[in-house]
Amino acid sequence: MPLVYCGACSHAPGITARAERADAQTRQALEGALHRMGDNIRATRPDALIVVAAEHFANFFMNNMPAFAMGMADAYEGPIEDEAFLRIKRTKVPGNKALSRKLIEGVMQTVDVTYAEEWKFDHGISVPLHFLTPDYDLPIVPANINCQGPPLTPLKRAWAFGEALRSAADAVRERVALVATGGISHWPATPDSGKINEAWDREFLARWANNDREALLSYTDAEIYRNGGQGGFEIRTFIAAAAAAKGAKGTIDFCEPIPIFAVSCTTARMQLAT
Amino acid sequence: MSLYQVQKLIYQLNRDPRTRERYGQERDAVLAEYELTDEERRALTEPDVGLLYVLGVNGQLLMHFAALHKFEWNAYLDAMRQGLVKHGPVREGVYAATGYEGVDAHDARLKREREKH
Repeated sequence: MPLVYCGACSHAPGITARAERADAQTRQALEGALHRMGDNIRATRPDALIVVAAEHFANFFMNNMPAFAMGMADAYEGPIEDEAFLRIKRTKVPGNKALSRKLIEGVMQTVDVTYAEEWKFDHGISVPLHFLTPDYDLPIVPANINCQGPPLTPLKRAWAFGEALRSAADAVRERVALVATGGISHWPATPDSGKINEAWDREFLARWANNDREALLSYTDAEIYRNGGQGGFEIRTFIAAAAAAKGAKGTIDFCEPIPIFAVSCTTARMQLAT
Repeated sequence: MSLYQVQKLIYQLNRDPRTRERYGQERDAVLAEYELTDEERRALTEPDVGLLYVLGVNGQLLMHFAALHKFEWNAYLDAMRQGLVKHGPVREGVYAATGYEGVDAHDARLKREREKH
């Protein structure tokens, strides 16, 4: 069954951890956009949701860092962060081991991917799910691209991973949705937390909405670091989603810089052919 | 330098409840399992979040280590700023400070720009 949904959204921990410190109207607009994204995903009647994330040392560390990983379990737990810090209650999230296995076997035809029968979600997955699937009733297939520990996964390989995910999803009988999560420019967890390069973000999102492969892959890591900070490395997840959309164009449903949340908070989706 | 070892310990503390429990009960024994310099051991035990930041600990690890030690968000940011003043620029890694007007000034600027449009 062809992929039923393909989108991208922010996952910044501040969205829940420092919620009340944002302008009330802006926060309400963001949360509304995330809830609408959840409604749009549900409207496609998915059997499972692949979340392409940029995890932050919840499962993978520099002792054994995979360029790509996918979860293969019937249940996961998250968030790993202190519940009082993130303000999301730790919970069990359903997976689908059999479907994960089929998807991983599909991806492996073209991309070497680590599989993991254990996976702890961090804010990179838990914050989006808190809004997109607040009842935790949709099986999740977590996927990860190394955006944290250099040497990082090259952008062109992130694209290849997105293509592989799409081929794998199209080949199973289940209805599969995909959401990439990450920030665009940001300098998270540093004294510069809150700094946002809005112009750079909007340019990146324009390239994403045009699904312009060449333009999306033209960034160098030095350029990303200079203009988008170390958090900008997470554009890899958006790039994978663009590749998974197989040429479809996108719509940016919401994009507002919210300094206390440390990113241009974004929801976006690709217009998949139905 | 053993930044890798410092980060590995923090990674384990962040993700493993048993390591956290042991760290609370027998911290020195846990620390002895990692090859740390005196400076690193001191930064961890005080804890001197500012020094850990300057040593190059990745912010995605450090912010949760700070939360474990009950640092409120602004206190965490202030600790890193003080670290820069006291210990100098970040020595390793990709989490260097690059300069920022601050959230309040940034919010005020965005508000002015929105009003103009």
